[in-house]
Amino acid sequence: MKSFEKKSPWILHYDATSCNGCDIEVLASLTPRYDIERFGMVNTGNPKHADVFLITGSVNAQSLPVVRRLYSQMLEPKVVVAVGICANSGGVFRDCYNVLGGVDKAIPVDVYVPGCAARPESIIDGVERALDILEKKAKMLHDGRLQELQEMDKLPPMPDFSAKKEAVV
Amino acid sequence: MAETTVIPFGPQHPVLPEPVHIDLEMQDEKVLRAIPSIGYVHRGLEKLVEKRDYQKFVYVAERICGICSFGHGWGYCRAVEGAMHIDVPPRAKYLRTIWHELSRIHSHLLWLGLMADAMGFENLFMSSWRMREKILDIFEETTGGRIIFSVCKIGGVRRDMEKGTLNSIVDRLTDMEAELRVITDEFLKEPTVIRRMSGVGVLSREDAIELCCVGPVARASGVVGDMRLIDTEGAYQDLSFEPCVATEGDCLARCKVRIAELFQSIGLIRQAVEKVPDGEIAALVRGNPKEEFFTRIEQPRGEAIYYVKGNGTKFLDRMRVRTPTNANIPALVRALQGCDYADVPMLVVTIDPCISCTER
Repeated sequence: MKSFEKKSPWILHYDATSCNGCDIEVLASLTPRYDIERFGMVNTGNPKHADVFLITGSVNAQSLPVVRRLYSQMLEPKVVVAVGICANSGGVFRDCYNVLGGVDKAIPVDVYVPGCAARPESIIDGVERALDILEKKAKMLHDGRLQELQEMDKLPPMPDFSAKKEAVV
Repeated sequence: MAETTVIPFGPQHPVLPEPVHIDLEMQDEKVLRAIPSIGYVHRGLEKLVEKRDYQKFVYVAERICGICSFGHGWGYCRAVEGAMHIDVPPRAKYLRTIWHELSRIHSHLLWLGLMADAMGFENLFMSSWRMREKILDIFEETTGGRIIFSVCKIGGVRRDMEKGTLNSIVDRLTDMEAELRVITDEFLKEPTVIRRMSGVGVLSREDAIELCCVGPVARASGVVGDMRLIDTEGAYQDLSFEPCVATEGDCLARCKVRIAELFQSIGLIRQAVEKVPDGEIAALVRGNPKEEFFTRIEQPRGEAIYYVKGNGTKFLDRMRVRTPTNANIPALVRALQGCDYADVPMLVVTIDPCISCTER
């Protein structure tokens, strides 16, 4: 609970090829039973407003550029939480021809939340852990180590789908 | 007369948790034409059937969509059971029906919440989702999962429900009914809500038939179409119910139909619990599917079609799903024509779009 006293994190949620299960759990954590708004977390639609990028699903060819664009639009300091087993490693869809299998192949990920579907409790726990990382990054920014921070949050090279697609044909 | 402009809607937007992209051709504040483009959630799941054991594929089929996951698991199991001529024990049919109707309540409550959110009624959104948590509690107690249950398997179900559990479900639903009435009255009687929804996005009966709409969207336009009426695989033949139909075809009518179905589902569960027979919960499954089979199921969003083709090995040749949202997207495009820009989020929500079903 202590970590929520540090900052009111604003959250950007994007469904990158998820089955909806984790997404409705992300929404469920906003509603009265779990109510993350009491910790100051707000779900925002604007990437420039957001501190935490909650991302679900295993990322396909079409959502890959969207994910990377949203991530680059977010301002430092920023943290990424990969929610659900699909976002961690691809889950049951790992062998599908159209999925990347893991958000960390598309953008740098700070916290991995397991589960299929991830429960609201674990999503909240994941965001709490992300806040510790966010605080460290904020401190780096405060100390004038912006370049180091940007190096840490640099986008990995654009992943290639062609090998997976060829295997299908 | 201003020039037409194109406004992109999505894929990342705050109305829906799911990515859908619609190009809106606008003239001033009026939408002239809407061009949807999909593909943000396509995983290529049907192709995976060639690599997975047909019995294990149930887990993948359930993950076609997280909201109607039980329905998808059931639909796939029914198709394979049909192809293998497996007789599902009657108790399993009843248990499946009970879980399926509970899923319908959870899905419609979710929709009511999103609808309230789309029109800016935050309190109602929270209230609907608070009720939904009670259904999720029942799921968690009976199946172990909140969203994805993995309780349906080929030949029957994995878990039994005892008499006490079944009765407690009915008791809890009866308690919920009064609370639900308060929420649904807000939708049906509150003048601001009615003014926001009535006459918006009208879809005539002819259009609904021509565009092959399914589920609550079709029923709100006066088309009496409910797969449960002719369903022989579930317990629906033994239960008495009337399809919920409205004639206006606007947003309010679609809301009315879904609210009526909430109470209808509670009634169906009550009847099913009274009539549930004793016996086995799963049939023995031997061999591999050789034939092809086609089946239809009424999901919360409408009629879904499942097709499987076996080849005698444990891997199927083909699995195909036609999901209800896929059939309702033409209706959305028609309803968006000529509407105000401010009504677009509400109209998108009104067909209860499930993008991950549509694209698989």
